[in-house]
Amino acid sequence: MTIRAQIGMVLNLDKCIGCHTCSITCKNVWTSRGGVEYAWFNNVESKPGVGYPRNWEDQSEWKGGWELTKGGKLKPKIGGKIGVLSNIFANPDLPLIDDYYEPFTYEYDHLKTAKESKTVPTARMKSAITGKFKEKPDWGVNWEEILGGEFEKRSKDYNFDKVQKEIYGEFENTFMMYLPRLCEHCLNPSCVASCPSGAIYKREEDGIVLIDQDKCRGWRMCVSGCPYKKIYFNWQSGKSEKCTFCYPRIEAGEPTVCSETCVGRIRYLGVLLYDSDKIVDAASAKDEKDLYQSQCDLFLDPHDPEVIKQALADGVPQSWIDGAQNSPVYKMAMEWKIAFPLHPEYRTLPMVWYVPPLSPIQSAAEAGHLDQNGMLPDVRQLRIPTQYLANLLTAGDEEPVISALERMMAMRLYMRGKTVDGVEDPAVLEQVGMTEDEMNDMYQLMAIANYEDRFVIPTNHREYAGDGPFDQEIAFSARSECGFSFGNGCNTGAKKRTNLFGSQTHNNTLSGTPHKASGDQS
Amino acid sequence: MAEYVNTFFFGIYPYIAILTMIIGSILRYDQDPYSWKADSSQLLHRKGLRLGSNLFHIGILLLFMGHFVGLLTPHWVYEPFISAGHKQILAMTAGGIFGSMAFVGMSILIWRRTTQDRVRATTKFMDMAILLILFVQLVLGLLTIPQSAKHLDGSSMIALAEWAQHIVTFRGGAAEYVADEALVFKLHIVLGLTIFLLFPFTRLVHMVSVPVKYLFRSGYQIVRRRG
Repeated sequence: MTIRAQIGMVLNLDKCIGCHTCSITCKNVWTSRGGVEYAWFNNVESKPGVGYPRNWEDQSEWKGGWELTKGGKLKPKIGGKIGVLSNIFANPDLPLIDDYYEPFTYEYDHLKTAKESKTVPTARMKSAITGKFKEKPDWGVNWEEILGGEFEKRSKDYNFDKVQKEIYGEFENTFMMYLPRLCEHCLNPSCVASCPSGAIYKREEDGIVLIDQDKCRGWRMCVSGCPYKKIYFNWQSGKSEKCTFCYPRIEAGEPTVCSETCVGRIRYLGVLLYDSDKIVDAASAKDEKDLYQSQCDLFLDPHDPEVIKQALADGVPQSWIDGAQNSPVYKMAMEWKIAFPLHPEYRTLPMVWYVPPLSPIQSAAEAGHLDQNGMLPDVRQLRIPTQYLANLLTAGDEEPVISALERMMAMRLYMRGKTVDGVEDPAVLEQVGMTEDEMNDMYQLMAIANYEDRFVIPTNHREYAGDGPFDQEIAFSARSECGFSFGNGCNTGAKKRTNLFGSQTHNNTLSGTPHKASGDQS
Repeated sequence: MAEYVNTFFFGIYPYIAILTMIIGSILRYDQDPYSWKADSSQLLHRKGLRLGSNLFHIGILLLFMGHFVGLLTPHWVYEPFISAGHKQILAMTAGGIFGSMAFVGMSILIWRRTTQDRVRATTKFMDMAILLILFVQLVLGLLTIPQSAKHLDGSSMIALAEWAQHIVTFRGGAAEYVADEALVFKLHIVLGLTIFLLFPFTRLVHMVSVPVKYLFRSGYQIVRRRG
C-alpha cells in the first residue's frame, strides 16, 4: 500500500443555476490569451445536449479514455504506444476547431470610424484566426443554453443510451439540467498516457495534472486521449493547455477560481487519501458498471489509525491527514454516497465528482396520485430520468443514483418537518439508512454550505518536497516567479523585438482588436 | 575564381552550415524551449492533411536516412556485399519511390498552406520559406535521377560519398571530389547545406524531439514531485 493524497472536487448539480460565473472567472484568469480564445478550461453545458466540443461524450467518435484489451489490460483507446506514434504525422482523432467554435471578435473600431451614413454602423463579426468577416457563429461553448436548438439535434446526447428519448422532446415532458465541466484530474489520466513527450504529469503531492509547457512539443495526442476533451491545443503557441486546478491558489490553501466565485455555492474541495498501488486494478474492472465501486474502494478512511500511520510513512503531511478527516469531498462521495464520478466508464478514475440533481415529480403527482416509496416519493418519477443520470455518473447503474436522490429527498423532508412543523421523523432517516447526526451534517454542508465547510484545503508543504527535512530553495523558489505567458513573455526586453526563433503571428484578439485579414489594407 | 567558389561551397560552407545548426539548436533549446515544437495546424484545417502529411513525412524521413547511410558508409564496408553500380541503382530506385511520395505529400501541404485561409493566417515567414526550400530541394533531388542514369558505374556516387566522408572526418581537399560533378548535384548539395544552416530557425527542430523515449516509458503514467 502506498498512500497518496489528492485534492478532489464535488459539484452539487442540484444547486447549479447555470449562471456561468465559474466559466467567466476562469476564462478571465486563464484563457484570455491568443490561441486559446476558443478554450474554456471550465464550461457549463445544458443537458440534454451534445455539448462542447460537439458530441465529446461519445468515445466511438473521439476515442478518448481507456479500453480493456482481450487480455484485460488497460490500453488508451487511441492506441498503445506504437499506435500513438504511428499517428503522429496526422492525428485521425483530433477535433477540428469548428467542433469547438471558430474564435471571433467584433469590429468595434468601425463604430468609431464609420463615415456618416443613412444607417447606423454595425460591428460585424470577424474571425480571430483569419481576420475575415463571418456572417454568424454556428457553434459555441454554450450553444445549447437552456435547451437551445431542436430536440432532434440535442437528443444525439450520448446519455440517452437505453432511454426512450422520444417523449422528452415533447414540451410537457422535457427536462434539463446544467453540467459544469472542468479537467477531472484523474487518478488514471489518459492524457498523461498518450503524451509522447512525457510533458504531462500528475503531481504526487496533490494529484493535480499539469502540462509542462517547455516539454510539450505539440504532438496533440493528449487532446484525443482525454475523453472529457479538456485539453486544448493553443493554435498560436502550438502547445496544449489545460485546467491547472488553479494550483497556485490550491498551494496557498485557497479554492480554485471557479469554486471561489460560484454564486450557488455548489462546489466543494477537499482531500482524499487513496492507495496508489491499486489504481491499475481499479481502472481495469471487467464490467463498466463496477468502475464506480472500484474507484470508491481506492479511497481510504482517514480516521483509520493504520491508514494514518502508513500515510505519514509515505510522506503525507499531518495537515493533509487532518484535511482528509474534515474533507467535504470524502463525506459526500464516501460517507453519504451522494456524489459520483463523471463517466467512470472512460476508466480514467476522474476526481471531480457530481451530486445528481433532483427535479420536479412528473405530471402524475399533479393529479394527486403520487406513487410513494415508503415515506418518500418514488424518485423514478422525477422529471430527469434516473437512467439518464446513471449514464452520466455511474456507467448506467441506476441503483447508486436512486439511493443518492432518495437521501437528498429525505434531507428535505426531514429538515422541513423539523424546522417548519417542529416534528423530527426518524422513519424518513431509517428508510434511507442515515442517522440523525449524519443528516444534520449533510444539511449543514449542502444547504447551509459555509465557506469553511465547503473548502478544506491544507496548504502545500512544498518545503518538504526535497530530500532534506526543510528545503529552503524549494520553499521559496516560486517567489517573484513569472506567471503564465507566451514563452519568454516575462522578459520584457525580449518581447519587443522580433524573435529569431519565430514570433507570434497574431495579437491577442481578446483585447478587442480584430486580426487583420491577409490582404486587408485598412 | 571557379576553384575559389568550389572550395567555398564544398569545403567551407559545409562547416558554417553544420556549426550553425548545432550551436543554433542548442541555443534555441536552452534559451527558448517554449518555441521548440511541431507547430501543427491540424486543429484549424484537416482536409488533405492525413494523406499529405503522412506521405511527406514518411517520404522525406526515408530519403534523409537513405542519404545519411548512403553518403557516410565507407566504400570498403559495403563492397563485399554490393557493387557500387548496384548500390547506385538501389539508391536511384529507393530515392525515386520515396521522392515521389514526398513530392505528392508536399504538393498537398503547399496547396494547404498557400490557399487555405486559416493555415495561411497562422503561417510564419520561416514556415513558408522552409516548405518551399524543401520542395525545391526535393525537385533537385529527383532531377539527379536522370542525371545519374547517364552513367551507371557508381563513380559519381563514390565521389559524392568521398566528399561527404572527408567533410565529416575533417580531412582537407573534400571540395575537389565534387568539382567535376554535374551542376544539378552541386545545387542539390548547396541547398541541402542551406537547410542545415536554417534548421535552428525553423520548425524543423521538432525532428530532434522525435519521441522514441515514449516506447520505453515503463507503464503509461508519469508522477512528478515538486523539486
